Amino acid sequence: MFRLVDETSVDTLKLSIEGREYDVPVGISVAAAVLLCGITRLRNTPVSGSPRLPYCMMGICFDCLMTIDGFPNQQACQLEVRENMTIEIQQGAAELLQQR
Amino acid sequence: MEYDFIVAGGGLVGSSIAYGLARQKYKVAVLDGGDRSFRASRGNFGLVWVQGKGWDYAPYAQWTGQAADLWPQFVAELVNETGVEIDYQRSGGMHFCLNEAEWREREREMEMVRQHTGGAFEYEMLDHDRLQQQIPQVSNTVLGASYSPQDGHVNPLYLLQALQQGMDAHQVHYYPNQSIDRIEAKQGGFYTHSTEGTLSAEKVVLCAGLDNRRLGEMLGMDIPVVVDRGQIMITERLQPFLNLPTLHVRQTAEGTVQIGYSHEDVGLDDGTSPSVLKKIARRAVLMFPFLARVQLVRAWGALRIMTPDHNPIYQQSTDCPGAFTVTCHSGVTLAAMHSGPVAEWIGGSSRPDLINQFSTDRFNVSPG
Repeated sequence: MFRLVDETSVDTLKLSIEGREYDVPVGISVAAAVLLCGITRLRNTPVSGSPRLPYCMMGICFDCLMTIDGFPNQQACQLEVRENMTIEIQQGAAELLQQR
Repeated sequence: MEYDFIVAGGGLVGSSIAYGLARQKYKVAVLDGGDRSFRASRGNFGLVWVQGKGWDYAPYAQWTGQAADLWPQFVAELVNETGVEIDYQRSGGMHFCLNEAEWREREREMEMVRQHTGGAFEYEMLDHDRLQQQIPQVSNTVLGASYSPQDGHVNPLYLLQALQQGMDAHQVHYYPNQSIDRIEAKQGGFYTHSTEGTLSAEKVVLCAGLDNRRLGEMLGMDIPVVVDRGQIMITERLQPFLNLPTLHVRQTAEGTVQIGYSHEDVGLDDGTSPSVLKKIARRAVLMFPFLARVQLVRAWGALRIMTPDHNPIYQQSTDCPGAFTVTCHSGVTLAAMHSGPVAEWIGGSSRPDLINQFSTDRFNVSPG
């Protein structure tokens, strides 16, 4: 659905989304990376369970919450991708961390 | 006269009164403030709270207990009329005690409330083991808790929304963004001069929170309200871990955790301050250590409407009969009382036994 404007000369890094490895451009946000990789759902809401994708892409709407490197409810649009980042779909409300 | 009643104030207190009057078929107008008004109704913690209240004033202990008992029926009617679900649960509630001194103080107050209510108020002091059986997440540093099955909680924003829809269903005329310059008592009625212009009614009810002092003076009532700021923090949504509210920490139906409980006299400033938020957070983490790793998403301050003795005021003006005031800091807990018995008292159909105990006369006792 999304593709890079300029695909010729991009440095990339490796990260994993839901256990699968992807190469994504350095310097983009996690939300952009998720969209670029064709993921169609990055969380389920805590109340109704409805699937969501990024909406505002600028840190306001909190619709792009994901579990990143084990920490729940991270705003994917506000975090830059890092090498070996582990990105998981956020399922409903966060678990209590002491139980992890 | 255009209306039977004009209610000054459209927060939880004014909305409860207006809704209760409209259900008695009175023609009612509500003059509400704007977005910049100080709105305790939009910043409060959402407790329907009995335990501890009125330990130093028996009528308030009894009044609060009666109000909480009216809640299930109140909610059933409100939801039935409006279709708005307000997340009310009479789950019981707890107050955690961190040390012996807090425990003894709490037990003394709980026992006084029980005596004031002739045993109607039920409570237990839970030691740490019994507390942990009920709430496994609680920290070992918590000595115990007071528990009452009569406490509960609600989403206060949905409650306000439901009351407003209830007013609408009963043809209350709601005027938002009003600033009231003057209220006149003349020709057997009352005239409000506000942003809307002049409105008239047979009777007027002041439910304007902190503005009641100013408005009361216009109608011969001395309503001594003082400001008491509370600050609250909200966490990200978490899996359920707390199935009943505590005075400091409560998990909402949606999963967010509200952390609060502070008292400050800072005048008309509903902001937040790092020093107070730090204290609130530290106490919450002492109670539930895992909260240290939870993200906060919002924090705010809100101004309680306090009277000198912390008890509510229900008063009809002696100088201007037909002018009433309802002033309190427990607009949630007392909502069921306000929309029922208090609205009926103002409407003239009945008189709750305890209502005289809450007049402003108690502030004017001359010494000796």
